[in-house]
Amino acid sequence: MSAAIESEPTFLDKFPQEARVVRASFLSAFFALFLGAVFGIIQTLHRTDIARVIPSTDYYTLLTAHGVFLVISFTVFFLVGLFTWAVTRSLDRPLVNIKITWTWYALMAGGITMTGISILAGFTDAIDMSAAVLFTFYAPLQAHPLFYVGLTVFIIGTWVAGADWFRAWLAWKRDNPDERIPLQTFMVLTTMAMWYIATSAIAASVLIFLLPWSLGLIDQVNPTLTRTLFWFFGHPVVYFWLMPAYLLWYTVLPKIAGGRLFSDPLARVVFVLFLLLSTPVGIHHQYLDPGIAEGFKFISMTNTMFLLLPSLLTAFTVVASVEYGARQRGGTGLLGWLTELPWRNPAFTGMMLAGLMFAAGGFSGMVNAGMNINYMIHNTIWVPGHFHLTVGTAVALTMMAGTYWLWPQISNKPIYSNPIGLFQVVLWFIGMALMSNAMHAQGILGVPRRTAEPEYAGFEYASSFGGFGELNIQIAIGGTLLFVSTILFLGNLVLTMGNPKVSGLAETLPPALSGPEDAPQVLDNLRLWVTIALVLVVLAYALPIAAIINRGGLLGPGVEAFPVWLTPTSQLLTDAAAVLVGNVVETITASGPLTEVLR
Amino acid sequence: MHIHAYEKLWLAASIVLILLLIGSVTYGAVGPGVAMVADSEPPIDAGALDEDDRFAEPRVEQVGENEYEVYVVAYQYGFDPDPIVVPEDSTVTFYVTAEDVIHGFQIVETNANTMVVPGEVAEITVEVDEPSEYGIVCNEYCGPGHHVMEGTLEVVSQSEYEERIEGGDDA
Repeated sequence: MSAAIESEPTFLDKFPQEARVVRASFLSAFFALFLGAVFGIIQTLHRTDIARVIPSTDYYTLLTAHGVFLVISFTVFFLVGLFTWAVTRSLDRPLVNIKITWTWYALMAGGITMTGISILAGFTDAIDMSAAVLFTFYAPLQAHPLFYVGLTVFIIGTWVAGADWFRAWLAWKRDNPDERIPLQTFMVLTTMAMWYIATSAIAASVLIFLLPWSLGLIDQVNPTLTRTLFWFFGHPVVYFWLMPAYLLWYTVLPKIAGGRLFSDPLARVVFVLFLLLSTPVGIHHQYLDPGIAEGFKFISMTNTMFLLLPSLLTAFTVVASVEYGARQRGGTGLLGWLTELPWRNPAFTGMMLAGLMFAAGGFSGMVNAGMNINYMIHNTIWVPGHFHLTVGTAVALTMMAGTYWLWPQISNKPIYSNPIGLFQVVLWFIGMALMSNAMHAQGILGVPRRTAEPEYAGFEYASSFGGFGELNIQIAIGGTLLFVSTILFLGNLVLTMGNPKVSGLAETLPPALSGPEDAPQVLDNLRLWVTIALVLVVLAYALPIAAIINRGGLLGPGVEAFPVWLTPTSQLLTDAAAVLVGNVVETITASGPLTEVLR
Repeated sequence: MHIHAYEKLWLAASIVLILLLIGSVTYGAVGPGVAMVADSEPPIDAGALDEDDRFAEPRVEQVGENEYEVYVVAYQYGFDPDPIVVPEDSTVTFYVTAEDVIHGFQIVETNANTMVVPGEVAEITVEVDEPSEYGIVCNEYCGPGHHVMEGTLEVVSQSEYEERIEGGDDA
């Protein structure tokens, strides 16, 4: 590194207060990652019947914790840290009021702690509290009120965070009235606009229906309505997880490769497309729901297929930018340039492997999105196989890889060991390749997702692509490698935090090859894009929601609540599960109708 | 806005892929006739299934020469009737509803698969061919005993089917 770079300040040097928020957010994310990984390994070994250390009835508490801690706390805390860095860095000015920034951090941390307690309390009979409703919390399964309250507080925290970044941008705009929105800030603002639209539905669902219902203020809810409102939020949330990865792929990866982003305008087009198309597609999670007309499902599918476009464009731009970097480093030939890339750098290799997995996840996603092909794999373990490639690798591995690059910038501490980092990201890739491939294959055999014991008394799975048992072993080995990889990542980070501070770690991000001056001005018109996004949402959802309310009533068609937190049930079911080997149906009939017990 | 020639090509290829995917699903709907579970059945009172013509007594019913209807109730944690017995080479329409929470109904290793939502009736029609036994699983988490919720579909020969009806089997 030259002397000029030695003297350059890092993000921490320039914005010490913001750097602290970024570090706190990342550490919260990684704490959640640790918990999620612990629950993940117990779950993998339980499902595959390698080691069952908990009763099967507690599996669902574990699964709820795995889902919520990883896809809510880990991903979103990383996002708010990364976005705080990206906005501050690209606007090159501190946030307006750091107290507001700490306020949203506190809201998010407090909220997720409440939700976490309500879930984890399910492991003990001492506290009459549980939230084993899984990440999707479909009514009439009912969690303890604290679960819903915590989620609400957490989401309000993210809203304040978005407002904080919009405010920083507005302040910047007053000082720079004629300038284009810097690319990273543009990415943050479009993503947050999408988030506000998406979370409006889940906020409505929780505040109007689920929370009052869990408190006993209303007797019943409409299961199809709350489910539809969940998926109104549930699909865009996957892009909320993905956009931080995209931000890193677009703005950081090309730099690490030795080059620069290929096209700034196309990056903006891609983020605008996500803002427009992420939300009016949620019904594709409900292809097999009764009570929703086929036409609505078809519209949702068409939108979903067009949502492939921004990701396909991204594949092109990212590969082109990396190739440009390789050629800058002296790479030649049709594919020979690949050898010139910095494969020993864990940040680079991690992000590239994450991108490769995302391509595979994209293809299994096309199967999911195909309305009538979906029959074959709906609610089978194929689906978690798919999203462990997307959120579980494209997003999670990019976040870990990005940390190797970003952590020194926000702490002035060099990474403890790059070789361990490299080993860790490759291990993740191998573990996920094994686990996800076997999950897809089991899904085609008809093995369901979300179950403690996928083996049944009355039938056996046929074998293809290796039998059920062999695929289970692949899943268990893959899951174990992923757990080891997570521990290596966290260990490396903890040791990094013990390193002394040094100078000379500053990295700058070069502007794009084709800069913002090539982008039509209209791309920066956020008001226009938000308006179009809202119109598309209304077009996609007004009629289905009206039809659902018309059919089942606003407050539901006479369905009772099924709280999951009444403790005697769990004991009773443990007993029932113990005699599973015998005739299951008779056992349950003999022990009395369980529905009565649950009430 | 400057777009590289290769990128234009890629963009065009992407749009072709998207149209092909939409086309293949459309073909599946109009060609082989794969219909989606939809709103064909009116909503139902989940709390009063015992007063309903079809679901008070979940059963298999012959409605045409080779046509059968099956009324299934999913509950924590099982399906009624169980087993479901139908004759070979027939067209079977399942009407599935739930009396408590959301369940799933999947005939393992086939594409007969639907969500089962209390208050709604899912309708799926399948063709069964030669005699065989299939597992049925609930593939939507429905409570702490979810993993014990299963059933069986027995496709039997015409003669066995008649025997079983006469024998007073619950089919």
